[in-house]
Amino acid sequence: MDAILLQILNGLDKGSAYALIALGLTLIFGTLGVVNFAHGALFMLGAFCAVSLQKLMSVSKITIDPSQLDFLGKPLKVKTPYVVEWFGPKFGNAIIDWNVPLAIIVAIPVMLLVGYVMERGLIKHFYKRPHADQILVTFGLAIVIQELVKANFGANPIPTPAPDQFVGSYNIGALIGLDASYPYWRLIYFAFSAIIISSVFAFLRFTTFGMVVRAGMADRETVGLLGINIDRRFTIMFGIAAAVAGLAGVMYTPINSPNYHMGMDFLVLSFVVVVVGGMGSLPGAVLAGFLLGVLESFASMNEVKGFFEMLYLPSIDQIIIYLVAIIVLLTRPRGLMGKAGVMEE
Amino acid sequence: MKTISKADMRTLFFVAIIALFAPLILNPFPTESGWAQFNAGYPDLMQRFAIYGILAIGFNILFGLTGYLSFGHAAFLGVGSYSAVWMFKLLSMNIIPALILSVIVAGLFSLLIGFISLRRSGIYFSILTLAFAQMSFALAYSVLTPLTNGETGLQITLNDPRIFAAENISGNLPVTSLFGLEMRDTWTMQLGAWDFQFNIGYYICAIFLLLAFYISIRIFRSPFGMMLRAIKTNQTRLNFTGINTRPYTLAAFVISGMYAGLAGGLMASMDPLAGAERMQWTASGEIVLMTILGGTGTLLGPVMGAGFIKYFENIFSKINDTVLHGWFSWMPDGLENVIVWILHLFTGKGWHLTLGIMFMMIVIFLPGGLMEGISRIGKWWKHRNAKNNNTSHTSSTPAE
Amino acid sequence: MGILTVQNVNKSFGGLKALHNVNLDIEEGKIHAIIGPNGAGKSTLLNCFVGKLTPDTGTVMFDGHSLLGIKPHQINQLGVSRVFQTPEIFSELTVWENTLIPCFAKRDGAFTLNALSRVSDNKDMAEKAEQMLVDVDLIDKKDMLASSMSRGDKRRLEMAMCLSQKPKLLLLDEPTAGMARADTESTIELLKSIQKKLKITMAIIEHDMSVVFSLAQKISVLAQGTVIVEDVPEKIKGHPKVKEAYLGEAQV
Repeated sequence: MDAILLQILNGLDKGSAYALIALGLTLIFGTLGVVNFAHGALFMLGAFCAVSLQKLMSVSKITIDPSQLDFLGKPLKVKTPYVVEWFGPKFGNAIIDWNVPLAIIVAIPVMLLVGYVMERGLIKHFYKRPHADQILVTFGLAIVIQELVKANFGANPIPTPAPDQFVGSYNIGALIGLDASYPYWRLIYFAFSAIIISSVFAFLRFTTFGMVVRAGMADRETVGLLGINIDRRFTIMFGIAAAVAGLAGVMYTPINSPNYHMGMDFLVLSFVVVVVGGMGSLPGAVLAGFLLGVLESFASMNEVKGFFEMLYLPSIDQIIIYLVAIIVLLTRPRGLMGKAGVMEE
Repeated sequence: MKTISKADMRTLFFVAIIALFAPLILNPFPTESGWAQFNAGYPDLMQRFAIYGILAIGFNILFGLTGYLSFGHAAFLGVGSYSAVWMFKLLSMNIIPALILSVIVAGLFSLLIGFISLRRSGIYFSILTLAFAQMSFALAYSVLTPLTNGETGLQITLNDPRIFAAENISGNLPVTSLFGLEMRDTWTMQLGAWDFQFNIGYYICAIFLLLAFYISIRIFRSPFGMMLRAIKTNQTRLNFTGINTRPYTLAAFVISGMYAGLAGGLMASMDPLAGAERMQWTASGEIVLMTILGGTGTLLGPVMGAGFIKYFENIFSKINDTVLHGWFSWMPDGLENVIVWILHLFTGKGWHLTLGIMFMMIVIFLPGGLMEGISRIGKWWKHRNAKNNNTSHTSSTPAE
Repeated sequence: MGILTVQNVNKSFGGLKALHNVNLDIEEGKIHAIIGPNGAGKSTLLNCFVGKLTPDTGTVMFDGHSLLGIKPHQINQLGVSRVFQTPEIFSELTVWENTLIPCFAKRDGAFTLNALSRVSDNKDMAEKAEQMLVDVDLIDKKDMLASSMSRGDKRRLEMAMCLSQKPKLLLLDEPTAGMARADTESTIELLKSIQKKLKITMAIIEHDMSVVFSLAQKISVLAQGTVIVEDVPEKIKGHPKVKEAYLGEAQV
């Protein structure tokens, strides 16, 4: 029982990331009709917002402290981050420690802007082009973003730790009489995604803006005819989708140190999630995201792995998602919650 | 009966001539000169030109004709390579059984993947093929380690059975060959300051390239090819003409998978090892890029695109900071550093950035690829000449 | 019993009832028109014939086969061809290739991998295609890209492609929509001559009353998803129910 609970929990954080990316992909696809192959890159950019902030905060003033000597016998150079100097050691260090949560504040405007520029500058010109062209151009953009990040930050993963308070784990199993310790940050990540997902849904459900967007998803031309500037709203929607992906990236950094190709790794799986959930279905994307995340984590259990190893399939966890996707597509070609008529010529 | 038209024959002949004299054509700069780094006439690179040419031709049969954009073609390339290396390990170092097996295995594999992915079209299809390619990569990288040797990659060793090969007493790893003709055999012709290298492996690849090109011409001009193009422009009408498009798309998918398998087999024949990284999505993306860069749906485009990309990959990755500083040393120091710093992003290890930008530029400005560019220039030239003729006419009028 | 019989067909989209107990009987060898005000469900009905939509209840029988639940290409193989409101042709292919496609399509839809033969080597196909173009007077445009033709020419090409398959039933969705007067006249003549020559059953959906009355031998009037009258043209003219359906719309 303990192990199962733990695996479910383990799956939730990966599932959260899948769900958030898939949600953005579906939003963009549903509103703009464009499959954004650069969406993984947006996730990665979000993560690197946190990295940049960390770098920025560790920018230090170098002072020479003659009272101490380094190992060569020269006066020791002491680095004091400017943040510490400005805000005092206690508050300053706390800011540095709370880098990742603070990065959220930075990431939201940055990602909105990135999304805005991307849509106005590039995607807009591709609405009327064939789907293949849309895929190709966003794919090219993904490569460009990825390589620029690589050129700036190098190819190695950059550790971006969570605030000290959240290092360590919490025995969440104790709540229901089981024993399952689980890292704080992962719980936070899950809660965070749940909040974002529900706010996106609430936004679409309860605001006029959301209503127009939903109408636009159903029938773009008609809404355009009503005299509503649907294009402008779609731009904003793209910005929001970019911000969602970016936030998912920011918060993910303490779980896995970000590197330049993390976006593509997640993108491919998120596509599978979208396809399994049903193209164009927002709840489908979220559901499938969590489902596949949990499934993947179950497949990495030693018992499960051992079983498949007997069938000459070691490391089943690497391919389980794809296998499930194939089965779902063979039995339910529209995905779990897909509607008829979406992407069917 | 003539099998291909005169115009197509000319194109084929043109490709054959280029392929035959490639070691000369691609080596325009004397060996000792500073420009020698721009030469492309050495065996390794020329082999890659031919192999990727085959790959792109095959991809074009699927994407160019039917419009189905597969993002998983690298998987078939990888499968081909693995099959070929297994043949080298089990049977002998002769490349023929290896190539046959790689084509067959890639064909079967693409039949399986195509059968599932082709249940959907458009974006769905692209995503499915991408997912399959990533799954194949994961399979090769870890799950099927006994077959693929995981991260290290599959290599030949001295202890392999090789049941048809004569006993190896030399103690060296055997080399791939075609009935005794070793792939690595190279004859160097020295002509003044130039060294021209004629390599067996390259010519084998070139023969396969020509064969692949010939078959692709036949497919383009066949009723089957016409049906594939019809699928690209209007599936509804085709359905209402009583045609089930699935067998056609599946056939195209398998044919192009077999092309990729052949390319993979050849790759392993030139250098008998196979690794999982050959199957990654970046590799698939590269195949797509070659095809669209050259010109999707054209006969010659994909081959040109493949050559173009492989050449620039080779050149750009060689240009490191030292080379850059050498080039711009005549500039004032500050300016030199700025320029080098900017170019550094795009060259050497930054080649992929250049590739990505090129990718976007082509899709945005030149969706028809190089072939469209050439025809545009041709038109412009004609137009200009026509204009010139007109002006000469008008200017000559008073003289009459 | 006619060649196409529709019985008790119902179809709703969400809360909207598009078709309500539709019964229809199309007799062999006749031109049957389906008319009705906007939103009466004409296109929905047509889509139910060709497998694009499946009715919620009811049956659609063609020549002894049910048309429900089978795919468009199978329906075509039974002998139903369709001309669309906006011509569905292979716009990136030449006119000549457009006509070749139905020639190469086997009547049973069987797949043949003739990947190594040349299109131009199939003499009988070429003759057939050429005849087809002569029939619809497009032979001098054979090397044009289909997309660069006028709408009237596209429609004629589409018609030729459908007819070359010798269908038992030809469905026409507003064949004269958006055409100039002269084109409309020539289309009417074309359809009439086809009907005389080939005795193909036709079902026409049409807005233009002059077209309907000069072509149809029988007319069904559809209003609010149900057939209100089915009769010969003479009796449809001035029929009180028809007036009501059309004028009622006008008053709204």
